[in-house]
Amino acid sequence: MLKVKNLHASVGDKEILKGLNIEVKAGEVHAVMGPNGSGKSTLSAVLAGRDEYEVTAGEVDYLGKELLELNPEERSWEGVFLAFQYPVEIPGVSNINFLKTAINERRKYFEQDPIAAKDFLKMVKEKSALVELSDKLKNRSVNVGFSGGEKKRNEIFQMAMLEPKLSILDETDSGLDIDALRIVAHGVNTLKSKDNATIVITHYQRLLDYIIPDFVHVLYDGRIIKTGGKELALELEEKGYDWLTKEEA
Amino acid sequence: MAYSEDDLKQDLVDQEYEFGFTTDVDSEKIPKGLTEETVRIISSKKEEPEWLLEYRLNALRVFQGMTEPDWAHVTYEKPNLQDIVFYSAPKPKKELASLDEVDPEILKTMERLGISLEEQKKLTGVAVDFVMDSVSVATSFKEKLGELGVIFCSFSEAVKEHPELVKKYLGTVVPSTDNYYAALNSAVFSDGSFCYIPKGTKCPMELSTYFRINESGTGQFERTLLIADEGSYVSYLEGCTAPQRDENQLHAAVVELIALDDAEIKYSTVQNWYPGDKNGLGGVFNFVTKRGICQRNAKISWTQVETGSAITWKYPSCILKGDNSVGEFYSVAVTNNHQMADTGTKMLHIGKNTKSTIISKGISAGMSHNSYRGLVKIGKGADNARNFSQCDSLLMTDTCGAHTYPYIECENSSAHLEHEATTSKIGEDQKFYCMQRGIGEEKAISLIVNGYAKEVLNKLPMEFAVEAQKLLEISLEGSVG
Ligand SMILES: Nc1ncnc2c1ncn2[C@@H]1O[C@H](COP(=O)(O)OP(=O)(O)OP(=O)(O)O)[C@@H](O)[C@H]1O
Ligand SMILES: [Mg+2]
Repeated sequence: MLKVKNLHASVGDKEILKGLNIEVKAGEVHAVMGPNGSGKSTLSAVLAGRDEYEVTAGEVDYLGKELLELNPEERSWEGVFLAFQYPVEIPGVSNINFLKTAINERRKYFEQDPIAAKDFLKMVKEKSALVELSDKLKNRSVNVGFSGGEKKRNEIFQMAMLEPKLSILDETDSGLDIDALRIVAHGVNTLKSKDNATIVITHYQRLLDYIIPDFVHVLYDGRIIKTGGKELALELEEKGYDWLTKEEA
Repeated sequence: MAYSEDDLKQDLVDQEYEFGFTTDVDSEKIPKGLTEETVRIISSKKEEPEWLLEYRLNALRVFQGMTEPDWAHVTYEKPNLQDIVFYSAPKPKKELASLDEVDPEILKTMERLGISLEEQKKLTGVAVDFVMDSVSVATSFKEKLGELGVIFCSFSEAVKEHPELVKKYLGTVVPSTDNYYAALNSAVFSDGSFCYIPKGTKCPMELSTYFRINESGTGQFERTLLIADEGSYVSYLEGCTAPQRDENQLHAAVVELIALDDAEIKYSTVQNWYPGDKNGLGGVFNFVTKRGICQRNAKISWTQVETGSAITWKYPSCILKGDNSVGEFYSVAVTNNHQMADTGTKMLHIGKNTKSTIISKGISAGMSHNSYRGLVKIGKGADNARNFSQCDSLLMTDTCGAHTYPYIECENSSAHLEHEATTSKIGEDQKFYCMQRGIGEEKAISLIVNGYAKEVLNKLPMEFAVEAQKLLEISLEGSVG
């Protein structure tokens, strides 16, 4: 589904991704871990097409398409979803209106008519139940006045509504209490299928107790320096990153 | 080189030539310039009574002793008044045979605003079928109003048909001495609207200048007088979202509202005069004095969406004279390219327990300047007066400017005043968030901007609000840098 080859990206003259490789197949869950500032959010932003980051080398193949050639909304329409580490507030725009616009813009791209109101409402009801998002949050302005945990839940609600093929969850577990963590993980697991894939960026192995990864990658200084199975996460939890980064140096 | 009224005229002439028109020499025009003679000619051409001529002449004398103000945060080449023709007989707009003859740009915009084909024809002056819907609507509309005793007509008609009302109220809220442009308007006003709602009557429909029958161009010095008698209610709509071009560069209108005891007036404006080209050339200068007076328990609510004009200078205000009266001002002002807007309100609290609310949302893009200027004045006798002001500015680029000048004068210590102001730049984060969800950049901007302006748009009557929303979208197109 996704093949990232030798990806280099920088902001200004600062290089952040320095030759990153990763391959994700349909049906898989990949965890990406790594110390603060190693480039995890940068990777997700580059995959989603944020133009602040300049890709200086490398290729990204997504379902047979050159991902880097597409603009952000096209990537979204083609099924790329990013759950933001810091979800953004949009005052005056209701969550529901926002999602409806998003869904209809995609439908336009696929030359479909706008979604019927009752289908949309049915979908909202079903998907919000999945992450136990309360009615009042659905009608409030996007993320405005949401608690940290509510914002993260709202990201997963949006993910459920948009039914992506490739989801990138950037520290969706940070700031969640245990119950919320379970709810979010349940949502992600329910949405999982053999046709879609998930990349979870996290600092904590506890999330991986709920969302079981097929692979765990360690991102350090702009590169994947180690890849292993689920047990690698446990090892990292226990030993930290030092033993790996020393090896690297 | 400054673009002058003459250049503009020349452009229009060239343009007409291009479209294959010939302009007849208009015998109904009077010589250029402003003198006592000009005023006398205007008044006599309009067959006005003596008292109105006196009113105009007084205003002219006041005007001649004034100088053009320059405190507003706008810069422009001052129009040369001796170069303006102050009267031309109202003539029907030139009829075109079909929409094919209309500027395609304007049609495109109208289409995007969702204006129906028939309406497009009407607005652009294309001959329409006699059975056209809105004509019959307008006729039954007028009948219905007549039954209720509501008077809604052109100002000139009112002078002839209801002189006692005009005489009683004209200039009582905006005296000729008020300011330079108001004095000018009082001397030479061309025409405008007049409206009277009888005691205890709730006007059942929105009164819109659009529906006024026999409408002919009201000219550049428009005069509006609206009286809501005791216990009445009216919602009045002015302007339209369709782009409007005018060969007159200078516009100086005066609007006076009178809300008698327990009356309520809701006055909504969408202003979309031609803003000039990308370099700011050729746009309309719009200097407007709008003010209302509230008697006991009365309420006046101004809502405006300002997207047009090269220069806008406008401060819809409320004099809260009666006890318990309420004044409101809700405004969205968009400036793009080289537009300049200096707009805001004055709330003058005189009565006890008077209350005012000000919500101003400025949006600036391009190289434009957008200023809010507001005065809240609490008089000595205004016990327990309350005001809430919120002035927000949204910047779309690094090259535009937003300025806020809130003035407060308080002579009564029981007053309760709250003021909030914010300035923010449209966020890359917000845009990217939308785009990641599949909402492209232009759409994202309109979503964010409409969200920002929502509090004000919500105050507009429904159909107007929908059009205004699209208008914001169009006005800001290509505005991001
Ligand atoms: N827009 C930017 N401008 C300047 N520096 C940036 C920018 N974005 C990221 N960086 C820098 O790039 C490095 C990687 O940042 P990134 O956010 O990708 O790290 P991360 O792995 O997600 O960290 P965390 O675990 O703290 O979320 C950091 O040093 C950061 O300061
Ligand atoms: Mg991060």
